[in-house]
Amino acid sequence: MRGPHRLAPGLLTDAARPVGFCFDGQRMRGLAGDTLASALLANGRTLVGRSFKYHRPRGIVTAGPEEPCALVDVIGADGREPNRLATTLALHDGLVAESQNRWPSLRFDARAFNDLVSRFLPAGFYYKTFMAPSWAWERVYEPLIRRAAGLGRLDANAGAHPAPAETLHEHADVLVVGGGGAGLAAAQRLGERGFRVILAEQDMVLGGGTLLDARWDAWRQGVCDALGAAARVRCLARTTVLGAYGHGVFGALQVLSPAETLQFGGLRERLRIIRARRVLFATGAVERLIAFPGNDTPGVMLAGAALSYLRRYGVAAGSRPALFLNSDQAYDTLFAFAAAGIGCAGVIDPRPQSLAADRARAAAIEVHGGSVIEAVRGRGTALRVQIARLDGRAAGTLAADSLLISGGYCPQTALAVQLGATLHWQQSIAAFSAQLPAAIGRLAGSARGVFGLAAAVLDGAAAADAIAADLGRPIAAAGARPLPDDPQVTPIAALWEVRTARARGKAFVDLQNDVTSADVRLAQREGYEHVEHMKRYTTHGMATDQGRIGGLVGSAVLAQARGVALSEVGRSKPRPFAQPVAFAALAGSEVGQHLKPWRRVPLHDWHQAAGASFVPTGLWMRPLVYSRQPGWEPVLREARAVRRSVGITDVSTLGKIDVQGPGAGQFLDFIYANTFSTLPVGRARYGIMLREDGMLLDDGTTTRLGPQHFIVTTTTANAAAVLEHMEFHLQAVCPQFDVVLTDVGDQWAQFALAGPRSREVAAAVVADLELSNQAFPFMAAAAAIIAGVAGRVFRISFSGELAYELAVPARHAPLVWQALLAAGAPLGIEAYGLDALNSLRIEKGHVTGAELNGNTSADDLGFTRMLKRHGDFIGRVLSQRAGMTAPDRLQLVGVRPLDAGQRLRNGSHLVAREARSTSLGYVTSSTPGVELDGWVGLALLAAGRQRVGQQLLGVSPLHDEQVELRIVSPHMLDPENARVRA
Amino acid sequence: MLRIQCPWCGERDETEFHYRGDASRTRPSADAGMAAFSAYTYERSNPRGWHQEWWLHVGGCRRLLRLTRDTQSHEIRSVTPAGR
Repeated sequence: MRGPHRLAPGLLTDAARPVGFCFDGQRMRGLAGDTLASALLANGRTLVGRSFKYHRPRGIVTAGPEEPCALVDVIGADGREPNRLATTLALHDGLVAESQNRWPSLRFDARAFNDLVSRFLPAGFYYKTFMAPSWAWERVYEPLIRRAAGLGRLDANAGAHPAPAETLHEHADVLVVGGGGAGLAAAQRLGERGFRVILAEQDMVLGGGTLLDARWDAWRQGVCDALGAAARVRCLARTTVLGAYGHGVFGALQVLSPAETLQFGGLRERLRIIRARRVLFATGAVERLIAFPGNDTPGVMLAGAALSYLRRYGVAAGSRPALFLNSDQAYDTLFAFAAAGIGCAGVIDPRPQSLAADRARAAAIEVHGGSVIEAVRGRGTALRVQIARLDGRAAGTLAADSLLISGGYCPQTALAVQLGATLHWQQSIAAFSAQLPAAIGRLAGSARGVFGLAAAVLDGAAAADAIAADLGRPIAAAGARPLPDDPQVTPIAALWEVRTARARGKAFVDLQNDVTSADVRLAQREGYEHVEHMKRYTTHGMATDQGRIGGLVGSAVLAQARGVALSEVGRSKPRPFAQPVAFAALAGSEVGQHLKPWRRVPLHDWHQAAGASFVPTGLWMRPLVYSRQPGWEPVLREARAVRRSVGITDVSTLGKIDVQGPGAGQFLDFIYANTFSTLPVGRARYGIMLREDGMLLDDGTTTRLGPQHFIVTTTTANAAAVLEHMEFHLQAVCPQFDVVLTDVGDQWAQFALAGPRSREVAAAVVADLELSNQAFPFMAAAAAIIAGVAGRVFRISFSGELAYELAVPARHAPLVWQALLAAGAPLGIEAYGLDALNSLRIEKGHVTGAELNGNTSADDLGFTRMLKRHGDFIGRVLSQRAGMTAPDRLQLVGVRPLDAGQRLRNGSHLVAREARSTSLGYVTSSTPGVELDGWVGLALLAAGRQRVGQQLLGVSPLHDEQVELRIVSPHMLDPENARVRA
Repeated sequence: MLRIQCPWCGERDETEFHYRGDASRTRPSADAGMAAFSAYTYERSNPRGWHQEWWLHVGGCRRLLRLTRDTQSHEIRSVTPAGR
């Protein structure tokens, strides 16, 4: 399949396998192995998109991930995916792509009007223009700007991918980033010495620059074969290292080929998290543009990209190109085109003389030395290139069908800079190079500023030797293998921008964000002198291409405007990610149910079979209510069983920490605000713990099981934090205590049996233990045989009723639970869920996370008397600050509507009738009364204890509700605690 | 991403650990007074460079480690168990 643009099959394309695709509704044909960009060029397409701000027509500029313009939407079976790069998108049969940012069509774009009024749309335009009135921002400006600007649009209706990405963890001795000459040579040497090597190459094939020079084909093939046979070397193509995170950790994204995606059931990407002892950045150099008027015209392409299209895909980006170059390396394109039989309109080179120019002239190619291009007119295949001498004299025009430009090469140092590498200006290559501490790794080849393939290969091998020595396994010197010669070159002459008198019009430094050299100068005039400020003011270097091809040019324009050296300006700091990454790739398989693990209580299956609806609390799935029926009725039915007869609930999610050792009592005295060392064996005590700043951290009961043995319970939500708090203090603050802490939360299932008739049920299943009120009073605890299982019985209550908590090893939970249900059946026992548990504790005035919210002190919740007077404990000193007990603090109270028919809402603010705009506090918990009439709630209220008996309003503006309330003591039910002691 | 050389478990990812603050602070004695506890709780020097810090290996041995870490380069110079 040949045509005017496809001269021959390239290195990567298969002439025997034509591929049909569709671009902007037009059916076209390419070859297997093409990218979308090479296929479009083969079809003669130069116009592929409209620019971001001015909607100027744009063509394909590069042949890789640095592409600023050729972004497309890909339309697949599962929706529209924006911002895919045509230059890296592998062509496959049936691919459907559309250009972006044009309306109604690519050839006629209504918003190209922006270009004509561009003098009114300078850098910072949005900041200056859309200031007032402030209400207009959300309603008018932002929707307008969002529609007019931006790149592709996300498809909110994109289908769900079953498994679009996976995450893999990798380990290596050495990560080699980049598989060009330097990277290949280094990987081979390290592999031969037996190092574990991962070589990550963003391209679909290995080879880098060696792919562009036929003299290197044999060498490349030999090395690739050797690497394929090396057991400990893994070469990953299509794998971009996205970021360097320090300590040898890297994130890399592998994009599967269309064939692999089919093979792996739709898998599209692999996120590889690589941990390596050393890294070698052989990331190559990226060609940069030159700023001159019209440098964004479709048909203008980087010279190296044109060479890539010719060698890799057999596609010529023009049949009569002009070239605008300032280095000998860029002449390679010229010579390759000449070898392919393509005539050149002429070469414009600012250097008066060079070895490459001499070679070109010897081949009868016209070279305009000491010259620049000051304008490009026309578009598509009819370009008129206006030439000027360096001294400003006009030097005629050239007619060409494309313009291939090269402003030199920037070593790709972004990843090294992320690891703290410093940049050094290298005049000989007119670019910055980077250096890394040896303990982290090295750079090699053109990434280090060493240009020329043979030089890069030798540099890569030398870097490998240095890394091997550094890792303690030096490599013996190898015999020199013959390599193709690097041609002798004349050094580059830096050229950033053409500024002759006739050079008028937009000269872009950033094609993706439509930033011109004039915008950079404007930023400098307006005070945005630092390169980071200039970047943010102009948006230069942002978005998908990260300003790879124009970043240094922008810095150079800024340096000139500031009148300082480019080395002083530097470049904006590159941050991860190196290329756009789909959220799906980061999520991997951690989606839906797999987003985080579920913790299930030992009785989960029983709860489920009993019809429970579950509520996630932290990672736990807790039964909320044993009904699918909405509303409070099922909750109250469960809770009333507790108040009137007996109920049972699963409290296995409570944190349980086993504390043992000679110092256990003293340690708990230090951790808790109240005293545990005096607790008798066989007794439980409620405790509160503070943070060192005096605020409440958690509460729960602690039981002394033996002289040196305690079991601590924590709230479900704080279980992990409290354990960590105790471990930290035991190891860092009071290591003198001989104590062992063991998390036994998962080992013990625990049930609360509550209600006036709970003793009858407990007595039926508990052997070896007399449960009468006298023998086993409130706050007693003992080991006992429960339904034949060795467990523990605690007489503690959270519901306000006579209650027992029964703990058994988790594996016996179903057996014991069933025995309790059977024993309670004649009494009408009900299992109750978290909602009923909450209703019961609110009515009783017990606090949980809503009140232990990190902002409450012991005094706020009425716990002052629990703070011990003697001895040290965490939070003791700072809890004594005057502000912690100030009388106007928010204090715990109960609230009840005057009209029992009105409901309360959590979060309602409490206000005085005469000062409704002043919030005095808020409702923290509320429920319909189980035994009490109407709703009851707990609230945090300023000077709350003094307001008991007063009336306030509870207002919820969100619901447009207001309730008249009476402030009461939080202990709304059985304040004498008679029931729990019954 | 820090890689921390746990003396008990070997080299592990930072995600296995919880940061527990400035290890150069010592809790004052019980009678040291309000100012000393206030300083212990709230005042930090936030240095650029070497810093002593506590890391608890919650996803491993649950031992508390004292790290000497450069806050700028993230280099870890030493890892020692608490109390040594």
